[in-house]
Amino acid sequence: MSPRRSEAGGRIDRLRTIRFTFDGAPYTGHAGETLASALLANGVTLFGRSFKYHRPRGVLTAGVEEPNALVTVLRGEVREPNIPATMVEIYDGLTAISQNRFPSLAWDVSAVNQLGGKFLSAGFYYKTFMGPVIGPLKGTRFWMFCEHFIRRAAGLGKAGTAPDTARYERMNAFCDVLVVGSGPAGLMAARAAADQGARVILAELEPHFGGSANWSGETIDGMPAAEWAARAAGQLEGRDNVRLLPRTTVWGYYDGNTLAAIERVTDHKETPGKGEPRHRYWTIRAKSVVLATGSLERPLVFPGNDRPGVMLAHAAERYANEYGVLPGDRIGLFTNNDSAYRAALALKKAGAVVVAIVDVRPELSSEMRKLAGEAEAEILSGHAVIATEGGKALSGFKVQRFDMVNGALSGDARSIHADCLLMSGGWSPTIHLASQAGAKAEWNEALQVFLPPKPTTRQWIGAGAFTGSFSTAEAIAEGRAAGLSAAGATATPAALPAIDARPGDPDPAPVFEIKAEGKSFVDFQHDVTADDVRLAHREGFVSVEHLKRYTTLGMATDQGKSSNIPGLAIMAEALGKPIPQVGTTRFRPPFSAVSIGSLAAERFGDLKPERLTPMHDWHVANGATMYSAGLWYRPMIYGHPGETIEQAYVREARATRESAGIVDVSTLGKIAVQGPDAAEFLDRVYTNMFSTLAVGKARYGLMLREDGLAFDDGTTWRLGEQDFLMTTTTANAGKVMQHLEYFLDVIWPELKVHVTSVTDQWAGAAIGGPKARQILAACVSGTAVDNAALPFMGIVHGEIAGAPVMICRLSFSGEMAFEVYSGAGYGTHVWEALIEAGKPFGLVTYGLEALGTMRIEKGHVTGAEIDGRTTARDLHLDWMLSKKKPFIGSAMMDREGLIAPDRLELVGIVALDNQPLNGGAHIVEELDEANPHGSLGHITACCYSPALGKYIALALVKGGKARRGSRAYVSDPLRNRFGPVEIVSNHFFDPDGSRMHG
Amino acid sequence: MLITCPYCGPRDVIEFTYQGDGNRQRPQPASQNLDAWNAYVYDRLNPAGDHNEIWQHSGGCRAHLRVVRNTLTHEISSTAFARGDHNSVARHRAEDKP
Ligand SMILES: [Zn+2]
Repeated sequence: MSPRRSEAGGRIDRLRTIRFTFDGAPYTGHAGETLASALLANGVTLFGRSFKYHRPRGVLTAGVEEPNALVTVLRGEVREPNIPATMVEIYDGLTAISQNRFPSLAWDVSAVNQLGGKFLSAGFYYKTFMGPVIGPLKGTRFWMFCEHFIRRAAGLGKAGTAPDTARYERMNAFCDVLVVGSGPAGLMAARAAADQGARVILAELEPHFGGSANWSGETIDGMPAAEWAARAAGQLEGRDNVRLLPRTTVWGYYDGNTLAAIERVTDHKETPGKGEPRHRYWTIRAKSVVLATGSLERPLVFPGNDRPGVMLAHAAERYANEYGVLPGDRIGLFTNNDSAYRAALALKKAGAVVVAIVDVRPELSSEMRKLAGEAEAEILSGHAVIATEGGKALSGFKVQRFDMVNGALSGDARSIHADCLLMSGGWSPTIHLASQAGAKAEWNEALQVFLPPKPTTRQWIGAGAFTGSFSTAEAIAEGRAAGLSAAGATATPAALPAIDARPGDPDPAPVFEIKAEGKSFVDFQHDVTADDVRLAHREGFVSVEHLKRYTTLGMATDQGKSSNIPGLAIMAEALGKPIPQVGTTRFRPPFSAVSIGSLAAERFGDLKPERLTPMHDWHVANGATMYSAGLWYRPMIYGHPGETIEQAYVREARATRESAGIVDVSTLGKIAVQGPDAAEFLDRVYTNMFSTLAVGKARYGLMLREDGLAFDDGTTWRLGEQDFLMTTTTANAGKVMQHLEYFLDVIWPELKVHVTSVTDQWAGAAIGGPKARQILAACVSGTAVDNAALPFMGIVHGEIAGAPVMICRLSFSGEMAFEVYSGAGYGTHVWEALIEAGKPFGLVTYGLEALGTMRIEKGHVTGAEIDGRTTARDLHLDWMLSKKKPFIGSAMMDREGLIAPDRLELVGIVALDNQPLNGGAHIVEELDEANPHGSLGHITACCYSPALGKYIALALVKGGKARRGSRAYVSDPLRNRFGPVEIVSNHFFDPDGSRMHG
Repeated sequence: MLITCPYCGPRDVIEFTYQGDGNRQRPQPASQNLDAWNAYVYDRLNPAGDHNEIWQHSGGCRAHLRVVRNTLTHEISSTAFARGDHNSVARHRAEDKP
């Protein structure tokens, strides 16, 4: 039996010994306890070093609000930092280490920061960022100089670098009533709602249901409260309409009564069970929520209140009653309210000596005097603790007479020998979730707390300490009523379980701070003292939001769960305003730290779906280097061994212009536009006319956005009087579809048109070059493909190798070219037949690079030029703007700024030094390589042109059309490229189109 | 947030695409009133409270919906097909004849 372990009591399994290590030293504990309780039982009081000053810190609380005792848990190579030791359940083999210490917890070199307290005072980050105003380290240089040291000294645990191998899961759940918290109020609510037949979820962040019943020492229904709670939870477990979620923190409350929770499924196990995830992320949609989240005890602010051995009163009570652990042998208490007396009694019963109860209140009730008497404790009413004594562990504390009205200290200071000092500054309801849900908390002067407002809907209903009803009897009554109400039933009178509890007035004295010499901590985790708050106020921060950010009060990983109200009270005093006028800040999710793994769950790695064309496997099997274009994979080149990319695409493009080439164009967006008003609709959507297009013909079309800028281009084929097949660029297929649907649904519902995305239904192959027609003639049956049957922009239907195909004669490459469309399932079959037919003619396959090269040579635009900033005029497409009809964008396209002479216009660029050009490079006028300036525009696409034998590019250049024939320079400092270029027309090759017209 | 699609029932917001302020009035197609076009293309209401919005059920039936959503609470008080009465041209500005 360890010196700090009581003889009996608690719910730990004393027959099961658990072995674990902390900072490398082996320890034992019992099954059912936390790392904090096991270390306390072993006499460990030093748990970590503080954030800024590296002060020694112990454990302050026994639960989720712990600011001090943060540890890193190691599992193999994986390390998880910043976990409260109060939330780590021990298991055999647990390996935990302390944080923010160097070289060791006991001997920390940075503790010297305490001496430089001025440097690290309120706002030290901000001041450091700004730095001195003069000198070699002025401004941000000072920060850069200091950063290395500060980052090392100030901070929390170190994140690991090893990949997290654990598995995480997501779950969606629906229920009528979600009960958050399983103290007496929560258990009653869950039972009452379940009795009504409601589907109930009960979430409890601790491993055991029962909340305060587990350590209150009270009696409910004639049995110990912990036993009553265990029975109540057991009864719920057996019901079909109830789901119990232990170790589950509800951390976010979102609109539509959607709540987020994290279930720590296997953190407490040596090895997870088969198929068990580490954490499970729950999205719970609840018709109604019962908030039975209890309350958190507040520390008192006095000098030395952070010394290891100083602890919240209820935490010590909990360690004694729930885990059979005494945090000290000689214990003093310091309080402003009655609840600490119950703690004193519990510790006395567990075997400790209670040396004194220091109470700021001058008058005490007879009940409290009686409890103190039972605890055999000296009462020091109208007194306050003004200092603590000791080094890394408490050896005693000093008290002085205290006037509650004006905060004055008087009389001689007296030292009291103790190894543990418990403090209680009253209790704050845990209103985080209600605040997240939008509830504005109201200050209650008697209870000295912010209370949630009375709900007006069934969205959420509070019960128990959450509502400021701190007694178990009230919690039980409110819990039942809340459960009934949440389930939609009316509350009926019923016999409630009888409670046997210690008496106590819930109203604390309005005392938050004892002003005496020394550092009095408000926010333990961020090392914010009461003086820091006052300093920030003196430096001009008057809004509570600014004060909070400047001092970083409440902004650490514990989010100031215990420090918020004391901090606010000190701010209010500094501002000279009452607390309700200062107001509180709104809580935001998450309530407590959430693992990133649980948020991602199974969604990690490459999440994009892959879109593959029907001929994808053929490309891969035939040596294509695939290139990802949006979600699509397209052949970039079909390289030969030893070829560079440039050599490959130059060969492919040259062969296409010399004989013939074939490219997979299945990725083009394809939309069937059908219905009696289809032609009218296209006239409105495109800048040019489609109603005049003959059946069996195709036309190139341009779309603008409503604001008059260019949107997308492509050919649309008229397959029947009311039947069009629109093609879009690959990248814009989805956007164009949504654009058409919007206009049909919202703007022109009177048009009888239906649009259907058919991109995936058609496989497309474009075959072009001087021999293309001969190749088609060799393999197409059922139709002629000569100039009479298939003129430019004509469409024919026929068969290739027995598969029906639709062929349109149109050209992107500038060659005599055809697009052959077949059903997607025939895609590879038709493609192979075309390849076979092309063999005698020297047909080559070509990829995106050669496609791009040939389009640059022709000066065609793509998404690089239709970039959302260019107009039809900028791209020399103004010939497509019909004057006979309005169309989308026609009203806005002629605005002053869109027709200005200095707009960026499409031009061709030829490198005069025969060196490659780069996309994004700037075009400048002056030969000033060292200091390039005065950009005229930029290159949008570039290649080596086999047709011209030069490096060429398309560019958007200011007043570009007028600059044709002039010299300029390309400037690309990032890639060290500067050289002379000539600005030319974007139509580099075959400008009159003689090749494609044949 | 749940949006109740008249076809598909209550569905999670991830299935929908926001398509803008539903108060915008598109001028008649041939209108030359640049102020009206400017207002249509660029002006958006940004109320703290109920807002008329267009949402597309892009991950479902693809219908466009008129949704009245409270921008403070995300509470949705009504949803209806944006198409409404197919023959109605009331959504075009009556005073804005070409
Ligand atoms: Zn729908």
